[in-house]
Amino acid sequence: MNRIFATKAGSDVYRLRIPWRPFSNDAAPLLSSQNAGNPEKGSEAKQYDIAIVGGGMVGLALACSLASRPLTRHLNVAIIDSNPALGRKHFIKKEDLPDPRVSTITPATISFFKDIGAWQFVEQHRHAYFDKMQVWDYTGLSYAKYNARDADKEVLGCVVENKVLLSSLLSRVQETVLPKKIYPSRLNSMSILPNSSSSEVDSMLSMTALFTHGRLAKLELEDGNSLYAKLVVGADGGKSRVRELAGFRTTGWNYSQNAIICTVEHDVENHCAWQRFLPSGPLALLPIGDKFSNIVWTMSPKESSEFKSITEDNFLKAVNHALDYGYGPHPTPSILGSSDLFSWLKGGISKSANDCFEIPPKVVKLASERMAFPLSLRHANDYASKRVALIGDAAHTVHPLAGQGVNLGFGDASTLSSVISEGIAVGTDIGEVSLLKKYEADRKPANVMMMAVLDGFQKAYSVDFGPLNILRAAAFHGAHHISPLKKSIISYASGEMRLPLFA
Amino acid sequence: MNPTRLAFLRSTLCRHFRKDPLSARPFEGLRFIDVGCGGGILSEPLARMGATVTGIDAIEKNIKIARLHANLDPTTSTIEYCCTTAEKLVEEQRKFDAVIALEVIEHVADAAEFCKSLSALTAHEGATVVSTINRSMRSYATAIVAAEYLLQWLPKGTHQWSSFLTPEELTMILKRAGVDVKEMAGFVYNPLTGRWSLSDDISVNFIAYGTKEK
Repeated sequence: MNRIFATKAGSDVYRLRIPWRPFSNDAAPLLSSQNAGNPEKGSEAKQYDIAIVGGGMVGLALACSLASRPLTRHLNVAIIDSNPALGRKHFIKKEDLPDPRVSTITPATISFFKDIGAWQFVEQHRHAYFDKMQVWDYTGLSYAKYNARDADKEVLGCVVENKVLLSSLLSRVQETVLPKKIYPSRLNSMSILPNSSSSEVDSMLSMTALFTHGRLAKLELEDGNSLYAKLVVGADGGKSRVRELAGFRTTGWNYSQNAIICTVEHDVENHCAWQRFLPSGPLALLPIGDKFSNIVWTMSPKESSEFKSITEDNFLKAVNHALDYGYGPHPTPSILGSSDLFSWLKGGISKSANDCFEIPPKVVKLASERMAFPLSLRHANDYASKRVALIGDAAHTVHPLAGQGVNLGFGDASTLSSVISEGIAVGTDIGEVSLLKKYEADRKPANVMMMAVLDGFQKAYSVDFGPLNILRAAAFHGAHHISPLKKSIISYASGEMRLPLFA
Repeated sequence: MNPTRLAFLRSTLCRHFRKDPLSARPFEGLRFIDVGCGGGILSEPLARMGATVTGIDAIEKNIKIARLHANLDPTTSTIEYCCTTAEKLVEEQRKFDAVIALEVIEHVADAAEFCKSLSALTAHEGATVVSTINRSMRSYATAIVAAEYLLQWLPKGTHQWSSFLTPEELTMILKRAGVDVKEMAGFVYNPLTGRWSLSDDISVNFIAYGTKEK
């Protein structure tokens, strides 16, 4: 409907706005009576162009991206987050052991970070590129090895601790000219009124009047401060307060699985990403650098509390067992016949097709505490409404089995900043729904597709059923040997293709 | 269609006035006039891009609505709206750096006189931009039959096909009025995406940018 209105002659659009007046007449007295009780609370409320609620990795990435574009680099930005780390200069010490909270950054995200000027800071801290990946399951029927060279790339991805990403983005945003202010508090309430017209001819309209007529959103923080903004961006994570306050509905389900994460140490360097699908969930071993690796072990909630409480030694034994002969045999190539089966589909030899199955390096020490958190899939039905946009986990949370979660969030930040820049180029009010819906139209299909793929994997692997096991093994086998398929898989997982299998 | 028209205006006028296209407010200090401004859907973005905008329309109601809407944003509340015509402003000897008349000329009685007024309003070394609908078989099918009768985007009778101008005719009457047409582009609608885009196809909606030499 909106599109049809937009193409009608301009006068029609504004004629429709007039009926809102009766509503605003009711709203205005209500507000003034509220304000009468709290005169000048929290002193002068400031006005910003964009209020980013949530100064996590994705929120700060949006700020950096806005700072790196010529049309948006002078926008006034407020970042609302109670994390005290945002106020400190450097909160990472070189001698620190790796934090168990890490993210696998895809090449597309690496290139985004380079564009916004934050990757140089990441490289100053611990980070681990990896160019090989091995995926197999407990049935021992097959395995797949991926090498970056199969898709003519140097790396498949880079594993970086979340605190390194956060600190790099913070350092970058602080050195840019973007006018910004960090509010170390949490969002308490937010209100946005419908559009209405004003009969006052006043070029010095107060912020309160602009807010009353729907031109600004008003945010109230827990420490008593208030601020106004043309656009509110919800980057406040899976339990987003912005999403809740703005009334976005979500779809999703809990996976009845928890993930245990921890840092472990090896005797040798690890340059490969390993993932084995076990009956109750995948176990992933990701290199972090300096002989450390990160473990993400998905399992049922009961098992996760067990594994959290057993001794370190027993835990390490369990990990090594699970990566080795635990739950099932090693895959051997002869089970499903040799690669001749697919030779007619090969289309060129992929370099890793002839790589043998390897056992991951043994884990010798636990280098951090074990943390467990529940997994769920959640997707906001809309990403944008008047003066509000959601990015990152606030819009979507996924299963960690393919390390895609935060990469989707960075993709959101990049697209939103580009849409805002395009809006400014043609003089649009950045809080207008039609502009924000452009962001949604770009990201939603890509995000939903990725979520469907990951959810499909999660469901396919949660069933131990003979014929399904063989099907999965055949899929592995195909992915391992059919090089155009392997190339597609690597491209999609690297963030280069928006939709799988469609160029 | 509006963002597409604005994209064309930004691109040609930044080049004409030698302003930085990467600036958020490139038209700072320039006086623009939006002839036939309607509710202000063109005037407001131009004001946000920094221009000092005057919007005129022959219909009082449109001016009232435009003023009410523009008053709500400090950046647009400075737009000067008048219920008047181009001819009257010529009599007042007003001059503007850029004269913009989009989707107006197909509604005036005498296109040649209208272009003379537009030219008279344009300051020395200023720019004139006119957009309208081509008089072609395709435009009959799309702008009249489809837009007015089938899809009903516009009320029937909004446009008279016989009073549409072809790009050649528009160029000629602008030239006779002292404006040299330098660039032309078309607006194309993609029914699958519902989006308008700029293109070389001037067979239906087109826009022309010209400069006033003397």
